[in-house]
Amino acid sequence: MDDWKGNRRVFWTLGTPGFFWLLLFFVVPLGFLFVMSFSDKAVVDGQVSITDYDYLTGVSNYIRAFEPLYLTIMWKSIWVSALATLVCLLTAYPIAFGICFAPAKWKPLLLLLVILPFWINLLIRTYALIAVFRTQGYVNLALGWVGLGPYDMLYNNFAVIFGLVYVYMPFMVLPLYATIERLDRSFLEASLDLGASQFQTFLKVTVPLTMPGIITGIILVFIPCLGSFLTPDLLGGANAVMIGNVIERQFKAANDWPFGAAISFLLMYATFGALALRALFARFSKGVGV
Amino acid sequence: MPDAIVSIRNVSRRYPGGVVAVDDVSVDIEQNEFFALLGPSGCGKTTLLRMISGLDTPTEGHIYIGGEDMALTPPNKRPTNMVFQSYAVFPHMTVAQNVGYGLKVTGVPSDEIKRRVAEGLEMVKLSHLADRKPDQMSGGQRQRVALARALVKRPKVLLLDEPLSALDAKLRDDMRMELTRLQQTVGITFIIVTHDQDEALSMASRIAVMEKGKIRQIATPAELYEHPANKFVADFIGKVNLFEASVVSQKGSDVIANVKGLGKLKLVSDKACGKDVTIAVRPEKLKLSDAAPKVEGIVKAQATVRDVAYYGDWSEVVAEMADGTSVSVNVQNEKRSIGSAAKRGDKIWVSWQGTDSLILTE
Amino acid sequence: MAGQLKPGAGPLDYGNRTWLRALFIGIFFILYMPIITLIAFSFNTDKRGIVWRGFTFDNYVKAMTNDSLIEALVNSLVIALIATVIATIIGTMVAILLWRFKFPFKGAFEGFMALPIVIPEICMGVALLLFFIESGMMNAVVGLVWPFNLANIIIAHVAFCFPFVAVVVRSRLVGFNRQLEEASKDLGASEWQTFRNVLIPFMMPGIIAGALLAFTLSLDDFVITFFTSGPETVTFPVKVYSLVRRGVSPEINAASTVLIVVTIVATVIAMKLQAPEKSGH
Repeated sequence: MDDWKGNRRVFWTLGTPGFFWLLLFFVVPLGFLFVMSFSDKAVVDGQVSITDYDYLTGVSNYIRAFEPLYLTIMWKSIWVSALATLVCLLTAYPIAFGICFAPAKWKPLLLLLVILPFWINLLIRTYALIAVFRTQGYVNLALGWVGLGPYDMLYNNFAVIFGLVYVYMPFMVLPLYATIERLDRSFLEASLDLGASQFQTFLKVTVPLTMPGIITGIILVFIPCLGSFLTPDLLGGANAVMIGNVIERQFKAANDWPFGAAISFLLMYATFGALALRALFARFSKGVGV
Repeated sequence: MPDAIVSIRNVSRRYPGGVVAVDDVSVDIEQNEFFALLGPSGCGKTTLLRMISGLDTPTEGHIYIGGEDMALTPPNKRPTNMVFQSYAVFPHMTVAQNVGYGLKVTGVPSDEIKRRVAEGLEMVKLSHLADRKPDQMSGGQRQRVALARALVKRPKVLLLDEPLSALDAKLRDDMRMELTRLQQTVGITFIIVTHDQDEALSMASRIAVMEKGKIRQIATPAELYEHPANKFVADFIGKVNLFEASVVSQKGSDVIANVKGLGKLKLVSDKACGKDVTIAVRPEKLKLSDAAPKVEGIVKAQATVRDVAYYGDWSEVVAEMADGTSVSVNVQNEKRSIGSAAKRGDKIWVSWQGTDSLILTE
Repeated sequence: MAGQLKPGAGPLDYGNRTWLRALFIGIFFILYMPIITLIAFSFNTDKRGIVWRGFTFDNYVKAMTNDSLIEALVNSLVIALIATVIATIIGTMVAILLWRFKFPFKGAFEGFMALPIVIPEICMGVALLLFFIESGMMNAVVGLVWPFNLANIIIAHVAFCFPFVAVVVRSRLVGFNRQLEEASKDLGASEWQTFRNVLIPFMMPGIIAGALLAFTLSLDDFVITFFTSGPETVTFPVKVYSLVRRGVSPEINAASTVLIVVTIVATVIAMKLQAPEKSGH
């Protein structure tokens, strides 16, 4: 690697566009949002204005965010995301494991089959789920043949969790696949050879050694779940509101931008918190790396 | 029921697609032997070892361990333990945890685990590193952990897959001694896989030489070297000069053969030879001289020195005989002089005792 | 006792295990059943879309003649194309910078570049909405002639796409043997010639893969577009969203199928291009 001082012209040419694009169209907007989160709507002639604000008035928006109503929603967002992440992990692990141990000629196809849905539009996938789960949907149709149902499977927490698992599954499979693939088989063989059963080997060797992949997968699924807006919006209806829906409402229907901005920042802090936990864990479990 | 501790009967391992890694192999390995599976890479020796451990299973045949057919028994149910080529020391456990792992998973009481781990570490001289993590250890130390980990299980058979290949030369010599010492102290059967003939010759009590999935010869190291059963073994173990020959007549053990480049020679063979044979003679059995040696019963030929490789205590001289056949001669550099006596282009005589040459029929 | 092994199968040959195969079939069924039915029912004559009544292309014809749907699709494609070109150029430059140079605060810079990847989409969306409104860019752009009225969306898309391009191209660059560069210079090529003739060809599969990733990300994006588009501009996902809110219809199925085919073709091309990268090591 060269020192940047060696070729300043090339260095600045390469770096400037990316740096300023992000600065202007990412950092500055976040700055606007930050300022907005500490502001209030202006009162003009005794009426609350729609477009004018009193900037940097205080932390009232944050205080409001901790009202029971919003606390409940935040708590619900967290457990819904956590549950979806757990389901993802439990289904993705055997898949990633199976792909790694599949015959070499099958691997690329299996991997492609897992990744392909990821490339299909999120909205379309969610829409496809609606068609499957609605009251006149295919699942109820199939249940009808065996004399069950119809059940209301949409517009509840189950639908949201299923939808989140469905759309974010590839995010879990990929990091798991990458770590399991790099896992030296002889560790598993040594464990079996030393008398451990397949299950003991899995718990005591495979899981600890693939922990980095598990954590990455958890983060990659948990963060977008926590900030998801589309899936709870379409599958959860009025019954399954998450943080993302609260934010959307403040910026669209409710038109309360300062409060929306405050919630957005709380969501971002939660995201950074999750990332920090991951970094902490990575340091803590040093030496586990494969 | 076979008495041997490991008895392999007509074992084959075929892969889908027609590759045969191990082809109808039968071998008995006795209690307390230091047995080596030797062969070039891809000869099936590792596959055979893995089938003994249970990490692979034969497509045909039986593997008896301690008298019981275990060909399809999972590895965790076998009285064998393995030292892996990569050592496979678990990076997320300390040395003591690694060594105790096999005891813990099989439900050995914790105070006994403690005691046996301490013993095991003592045995490989690693007691002072019990709480280290493997990533703070050298390759040689990790190998000792792998050894201790396998030995504390008190297996009937210890399997070693290329145990020395990842060590540097100095360490390899130490470890070779160490393995021999350990085998004698613990008194269990060792089966080692190696592609290095020096390793096999110096450590093993018996060696099976494998080629293309088949065992070509099973013998003690000295027998293997001095009485190779066939051309492959002769060529694989040590250096050898091979001459094509055709048998003219055989009376008992006396054979007269017409050897390419050397003419008619009187040789000895204890078995009946066919017509086409190969004459083998080790380079160290050959002598170089300036003039034709005047001794009866000696094989001699005039040759021109083509190449000399100097190795310090000895030199390898490659000479070409009149018909273009080349022979290698190992010369001890007994006198202190610059390089060896022979120089490229020298006309010399090559000679050896007829009884030092061997007739190979296959 | 755990069962015996099968002849010719080691304990780690899980590919032969029945439970794993069953699990695979189950998961893939759940993963693909909704998408396959969506595609299948785009050819259904039934208006309600639940029972199969017969094969037809009517839904496609209807989707094709729906002006607002076509306009949305064209908008999406134009945005994706322009954003991809810009994001690929910027992303590649950043990738080379990070690969080639060491400089003060490099770790911070890398973290900065990764921010758009980790930050929740909705936060980025509302931040950009606020920025465009407050800075007057929203009003300025709305009055412009097509396609300049899409500028806000394109800017936003570039901002979240180029960090992804940088990641993909950089992972390709890691495999580059710098002795090739030295060899080129040793043979008399200038810095620029070496860059053009050695580095660029080597990076090409990564650049194309990154560009296709950017293209799909942009084409797929709903959340950020939803917030940054003005009242007049509609992209395909935003249009589908408003249709979906009104209920399921075979027309959406048809339009979705078209988009699925486009993305799958792009993905397959990307995979093909990335394949030699693996064998190259």
